[in-house]
Amino acid sequence: MTQLALVIDLNVCVGCHACVTSCKQWNTSGPAGYMSDDNPYDKDPTGTFFNRVQTFEVGDYPNTETVHFPKSCLHCEDPPCVPVCPTGASYKRESDGIVLVDYDKCIGCKYCSWACPYGMREIDEHQKVMKKCTLCVDRIYDTSLPEAERKPACVMACPTNARLFGDVHDPESEVSLAIRERGGYPLMPEWGTKPANHYLPRRKTRITIHEDELIRADNPLKKERKQAPHTIEGPTLDDSTMW
Amino acid sequence: MHPAFSVIFLTTLSGVGQGLFLALVTAQSYAAVGFIELHNPSAFFGIGSLIALLFLGAGLFASFFHLGHPERAWRSIARWRTSWLSREVIVLPLFMGVVFIYGVLHYFGWDPNVLGVSNPLQGQLSLLVGLVGTVICFALFVCTAMIYACIKFLQEWHTPLTVANYTLLGTASGFTLATAYAAIQAPHLTTLYAIWAVIITLAALVTRVWSLLRNRRIQYKSSLRTAVGISHSNIVQKSQGFMAGSFNTREFFHGAPRQVFLAIKWTFLVLVFPVPLLLLAAGMASSRAANVRGSRRSYRRDFATIGLSLFVMATETHRKKIWDLYGQVPAYMLFNGLFGHSQLHQAQPRTILHT
Ligand code: SF4
Ligand code: SF4
Repeated sequence: MTQLALVIDLNVCVGCHACVTSCKQWNTSGPAGYMSDDNPYDKDPTGTFFNRVQTFEVGDYPNTETVHFPKSCLHCEDPPCVPVCPTGASYKRESDGIVLVDYDKCIGCKYCSWACPYGMREIDEHQKVMKKCTLCVDRIYDTSLPEAERKPACVMACPTNARLFGDVHDPESEVSLAIRERGGYPLMPEWGTKPANHYLPRRKTRITIHEDELIRADNPLKKERKQAPHTIEGPTLDDSTMW
Repeated sequence: MHPAFSVIFLTTLSGVGQGLFLALVTAQSYAAVGFIELHNPSAFFGIGSLIALLFLGAGLFASFFHLGHPERAWRSIARWRTSWLSREVIVLPLFMGVVFIYGVLHYFGWDPNVLGVSNPLQGQLSLLVGLVGTVICFALFVCTAMIYACIKFLQEWHTPLTVANYTLLGTASGFTLATAYAAIQAPHLTTLYAIWAVIITLAALVTRVWSLLRNRRIQYKSSLRTAVGISHSNIVQKSQGFMAGSFNTREFFHGAPRQVFLAIKWTFLVLVFPVPLLLLAAGMASSRAANVRGSRRSYRRDFATIGLSLFVMATETHRKKIWDLYGQVPAYMLFNGLFGHSQLHQAQPRTILHT
């Protein structure tokens, strides 16, 4: 069984909100209708979004880190939002595991939004139906798009490539490899919802550089028959690698 | 939660209707075994059922107002296999139908002796319908309460106490209304109903205090750390990802200052329990005095006034109680970093600081 999902690399996300705007642009222009806003250019702007980037500060001063945290529907493998829906408007697709809302069936009772422990569902205040990330289901199967563009709009937009998209059930896919090799984890695993989306943790990347790797102690300029200034006592890296 | 007034009206009003129906069936079954005598059963049960129906109907009507698309409401019966909301949508009209039949049978005296047993009432058909209605009535309480209780993430709600609270508070307000109704229609039943109303109110007090204590000591399964998957004891949110609120801040935060919220809890506890009990006691005392004086008329009037004011208070506080239930900010919303600056004070006491 396929389970499409996003894998988000917190290590490279810079919190630029490009995914938020491209998501909104794509999904407000689609066949499912606009995603309504109130006061978009005024005081207190608010509106419907599928994807939002939160920002956290982790640690005690001065050792703090800023973590930008993009969040959208996690397309849970056992989605608690689906069984509570009285109309069947919320459903999970067998074929690719995407959780969707049928806007023609939704009565706008908001019950599913209580049942999503991730707070990922939003009612459209004007269309009065529940909305959430569709994984760009109207993009990823669109054969009129070039193959490379059949990805969610947020993935296409991310300038740091922090968003990967693929089938997490295929052990050889890019996303499965990333989860496996870079410590991908789900959110709130304690509830057994098995979110399909995963997050790659922040990593400390340090490289060790010795001084004599920067200063070529012996003679990098040997060709010109000149001697480099020799400041290091004892044997150097070049002593063992160059002769 | 932001209290949706339509939902609060639905649960309060239908709770009253259900409780009143239970009170009617109680009287009928007492009469069937000869505990009490009924002088004019057809009018008493007929009009009583009508009142119950009016409350249920008003509740059903109110429920439409919280839907984004009320014209599609019929669709909500589709998922009765999985959704308690769907089950409630089926059981409520079913219950109304049974109450209607029950009232009609009584009012027109269509009550053949189906079991062939002789008893103080003419027959048992209406009694059987009443018993079926009782089962459906409790099923409806369970459905209504399970809508809230089945959400396991909302640990304050995810407990059998939610079901007990809904059932007992609904029944208590119904019996209180029955007390007032009996004072007008069948005065000799007033004391019976008043005693039951007191007992049920006391039981409701017990489960309510129990759930308040339980919720005070609740251990949240989630924390900000599991919500973002970073294990550090000091995580501070700097931005929610939007400027002026979102659906989540509107839906899950009532926006009332903490003091108001606490005040509601305490007014609820005072108004819904001790005050009605005192009033009921006063009513019973006055009825005894009236019996001594032999002035049935003034006794009736006294009791009807007391009963009705009581009833108003009981429903009002029931409404507050549900408000209180809604007042819970789901902990997971806090952990998910969904709180506005105005809500920070709510977040601080137990949730964010102690993660
Ligand atoms: S993240 Fe929320 S809305 Fe999305 S599938 Fe899971 S429970 Fe449902
Ligand atoms: S708001 Fe719509 S999708 Fe959500 S539970 Fe109600 S009918 Fe289902």
